[in-house]
Amino acid sequence: MDRSDGALRRYAIAVAAHIALVVAWYLFVHLGNVPKFVMPSPVETAQALLSPNYDWWKNSLVTGTEIFAGYFLALVVGVLIALAFTWSRAVQDFFMPLLVSLNMIPKVALGPLIIVWFKYGVFPNTLIAFSIAVFPIILTTARGLREVEPELLDLVRSLKGSRWQVFTKIQLPGALPYIFSGMKVAAILAVAGAIVGEFLGSDKGLGYLMLQVQVTLDTPAMFMAVILITLIGILLYGLVLALERLLVVKDARIDG
Amino acid sequence: MAEFIHLRNVRKVYRKGREEFLAISDATFDVHAGELVSLVGPSGCGKSTLLKILAGLHGHDGGEVRIGSAEHPFDPSKDIGMVFQAPLLLKWRRILDNVVLPAEILGLPMQASRNRARDLLALVGLKGFEDKYPYELSGGMQQRAAIARALVHDPKLVLMDEPFGALDALTREKMNLELLRIWKESGKTIVFVTHGISEAVFLGTRVVVLTAGPARMADNFEIELPTPRTLDLKTHERFGEYTRRIYKLLGME
Repeated sequence: MDRSDGALRRYAIAVAAHIALVVAWYLFVHLGNVPKFVMPSPVETAQALLSPNYDWWKNSLVTGTEIFAGYFLALVVGVLIALAFTWSRAVQDFFMPLLVSLNMIPKVALGPLIIVWFKYGVFPNTLIAFSIAVFPIILTTARGLREVEPELLDLVRSLKGSRWQVFTKIQLPGALPYIFSGMKVAAILAVAGAIVGEFLGSDKGLGYLMLQVQVTLDTPAMFMAVILITLIGILLYGLVLALERLLVVKDARIDG
Repeated sequence: MAEFIHLRNVRKVYRKGREEFLAISDATFDVHAGELVSLVGPSGCGKSTLLKILAGLHGHDGGEVRIGSAEHPFDPSKDIGMVFQAPLLLKWRRILDNVVLPAEILGLPMQASRNRARDLLALVGLKGFEDKYPYELSGGMQQRAAIARALVHDPKLVLMDEPFGALDALTREKMNLELLRIWKESGKTIVFVTHGISEAVFLGTRVVVLTAGPARMADNFEIELPTPRTLDLKTHERFGEYTRRIYKLLGME
């Protein structure tokens, strides 16, 4: 069997696993006579999409915007902060322990504060997503920039290479796999951040919608909201994986 | 003929806080242009330190270090090629792009450097691997690429720090022969650090023996063996004499 056959087989198995999950869900609900308000079947869940008063598309767009904006902001700011660390040992020694401590703050607990500071809406929710996602990116990027073989530095120095050359030719490309490993963790966290923000205070978005339908015990709609949030997360994660495939040589990738 | 490398009573002390550690006490030897000199000795004898002094990466605390002569001028900012125990190829670059790295750092014309890198890859036996990534090559092949990288900017002096130390015994013997061939064809001056005694004798036109605790230079002699050197030489009577002489100096006899 050649390589593409093996890949095709793995894809087929992955799809089959997902289908199996939905089938198991269906059977569980039907054979167990589980009431709809406890757990709706896949069909009932899908029917929730047809309900006109939930505005799925608009709410998904809002949540998606918060996730992607918060994530993108975390990526840019996170990498820039990590870069600042590498320019100066003193800056790193001062801020790194601080960051490790700050990372310990349950970012969810900052939610109410952020809402006090910025009212409620898309912007504060983006900020919450950002505040959760930024830490793994800073930490992995800083680590990647530090991981340079000392002998490789010797090689560049023996040719009187500049610090800029070390940075652009060795440090930065060498850090890329680490940046991606942080980006993968951050993608998952950004989704959680945006939803927490919507739970805490919001007037639109899938998290907001979940709280609304909870009151009326429309469980199928809650299931649908969870599925849509998950799909947005998968879209983000998939984009990161695709980008990694494009930019990072197979051998250098760090699985995470 | 004026010597290319001239070392007189070179001394190097590492300081860590208040403690001092004598890395090299008194190294004196000369290397002629085009020679392949083996620096042999146990760990901690200062051979890698000596290499770093020659590379201009470390200063020295006493004595005299001079590289280059009127006949063979030496520019310390671009005439050094280095090979280490690990190939240290950049994972994200194809082999050809790895080989041209020194030329990039020195800002040499790129098209000419790439052509030269192709020629060098052919010289080290890696023709056809230009567009592979390092992970697609075996350890020995990666080290060949590292040797090509050390030659791409046409340096006058190539410094090798146990370049075959991480390879299996058979690959190592093969690489020894390859290195002799590459050395002959390129005409470079090579300083080769090793802790392999028979490797030092087999490769060197001269062997400098360093001992540890305390670090000092124990001997420096020319190797007179027939050329071209083949593996048969290892059973040559004089080969045995040379290796015994080194074993004795290192207190292993």
